[in-house]
Amino acid sequence: MGGTSTRALAIATQKLNLWYGTFQALFDIDLNIGQGIITSMIGPSGCGKSTFLRSVNRINERLGYVRITGSVDVMGEDIYQQGVELVQVRKQVGMVFQRPNPLPISIRDNVLFSHRLHTSDKCSKARLDEIVEDALQQVLLWDVVKDKLQHKATSLSLEQQQKLCIARLLPVKPAVLLMDEPCSALDPKGTEAVEELIWELRGKYSILIVTHNMAQARRASDECVFMLMGKVIEHTDTGDMFVTPRNQETADYIEGRYG
Amino acid sequence: MFSATSLNRKNDRNETAVRWLLGGMTGLLVLPVVVILSVLVYKGGPVISFEFLFTTPTKGMTAGGIFPALLGTVLLVICALLASVPFGIAAAIYLSEYAPDNWLTRVINLAIINLAGVPSIVHALFGLGAFVVFFRFGTSILAASLTLAIMTLPVVIVATRESLQSVPHAFREACWNMGATRWQTIRRIILPNAVTGILTGVILEVCRTAGETAPILFTGAAFFLPLLPQSVFDQTMALSLHLFVVSTQVPNMPEGVPYGVALVLIAMVLIMNSLSIALRMYLRGRKKW
Repeated sequence: MGGTSTRALAIATQKLNLWYGTFQALFDIDLNIGQGIITSMIGPSGCGKSTFLRSVNRINERLGYVRITGSVDVMGEDIYQQGVELVQVRKQVGMVFQRPNPLPISIRDNVLFSHRLHTSDKCSKARLDEIVEDALQQVLLWDVVKDKLQHKATSLSLEQQQKLCIARLLPVKPAVLLMDEPCSALDPKGTEAVEELIWELRGKYSILIVTHNMAQARRASDECVFMLMGKVIEHTDTGDMFVTPRNQETADYIEGRYG
Repeated sequence: MFSATSLNRKNDRNETAVRWLLGGMTGLLVLPVVVILSVLVYKGGPVISFEFLFTTPTKGMTAGGIFPALLGTVLLVICALLASVPFGIAAAIYLSEYAPDNWLTRVINLAIINLAGVPSIVHALFGLGAFVVFFRFGTSILAASLTLAIMTLPVVIVATRESLQSVPHAFREACWNMGATRWQTIRRIILPNAVTGILTGVILEVCRTAGETAPILFTGAAFFLPLLPQSVFDQTMALSLHLFVVSTQVPNMPEGVPYGVALVLIAMVLIMNSLSIALRMYLRGRKKW
């Protein structure tokens, strides 16, 4: 089930299988995610969407009992090769979570956190200010928080926190942004704002977004992947998938007839 | 339609009875504390003076002050902290943040819990065997404070581990996903947010250390030693043992002196405790998530 994209690939997996202990969560995933576009992943809970996401920045391995076969290429390089530095993988592949998780430090320090992790030399304050402003501008948060950069990040509203969580990934210039239901903790207005922002980032980053919200997938993505029971059922242009799904299971799910 | 039935009235009566019972029992708990404190203040208060606190005992301890014991207790507490806090915090960080969940970790945790349950007199014998005899420290401040350190280690470890665990897991996830190592995560995010709990643990340890008698009995505390210790290899007097001595071992002791000693000891502990509460309130005020 290849992608429809002919452009350069951000993520390409071949025969990706993943087991949690003896439970197999992913089956032979061959998926090509294009660069610079937004790809959404839909499918019922437990179908492996998040697991897939978490194997693209290799955070799954922290669990210890995870086993993987096959390959995952990010920007053309296999990240499961020997000699791959995990810290570099996590720098290139940013992750946004369902529940906004800003760190309990100031807004400014949140934005600079990953920058500081990945830069050994000291930057001048002016340079740091520039980085903070640039990142917050990109997530459309600058005007709201520019006068309270020293405030605790946890004092922001959920929507603003989620934007901040996106902003703090940007200073290290990641190639790929993975988003695991980034709007499901937000109210409709917040959802709209974050979707708007994700659309704004389109082109600059390759974005893979897991969502339970069919309308969101339809509104806010170029391509769409439908997964079921650990397998990719369909991967096509979002418009096509929602108008003329090629697969009966996809059609059932989209129309709410699943399960 | 809305008037009380007999069942309602019965439940109400039970409710009132239970509330008074629970409240009364709680009140009874406070009573001993109040009585002890007032007796100490009433009988010991008049004895307390600058001289009492800062001079050495004279005339077979029936006169003069308690300075060597006061200083000794302070020294013992400081030395014990210096030994146990670094080890305790290091062990707690390892157990909370690094240790895999396997049988070895579980055994270590069990050992720590058991260490906390060992009676203090057994610690005293261990200290005598290990530090005084085997390491040849003699009966000294060093041997006594190491014994105290080992005895209070579980307090530090458990308090530190609990406070590390109370930092939400989401923060660790966020850091790891940005490429932070475990240590970077601990140093930048987890420790700053766990520091309140760790300090509370340390202060609790101070309170326990200051009051203990048995562990220092064989390892470094002296019955009567008018000279101040010159190094950690000297013996020292300590408030807790001094209290025992002036209460039971010395004839013709003025009645107020034991109460005075007890008052000083309890005041030390209470001051430390309130310090910990104040510190907690201050730090908690700054923390929000």
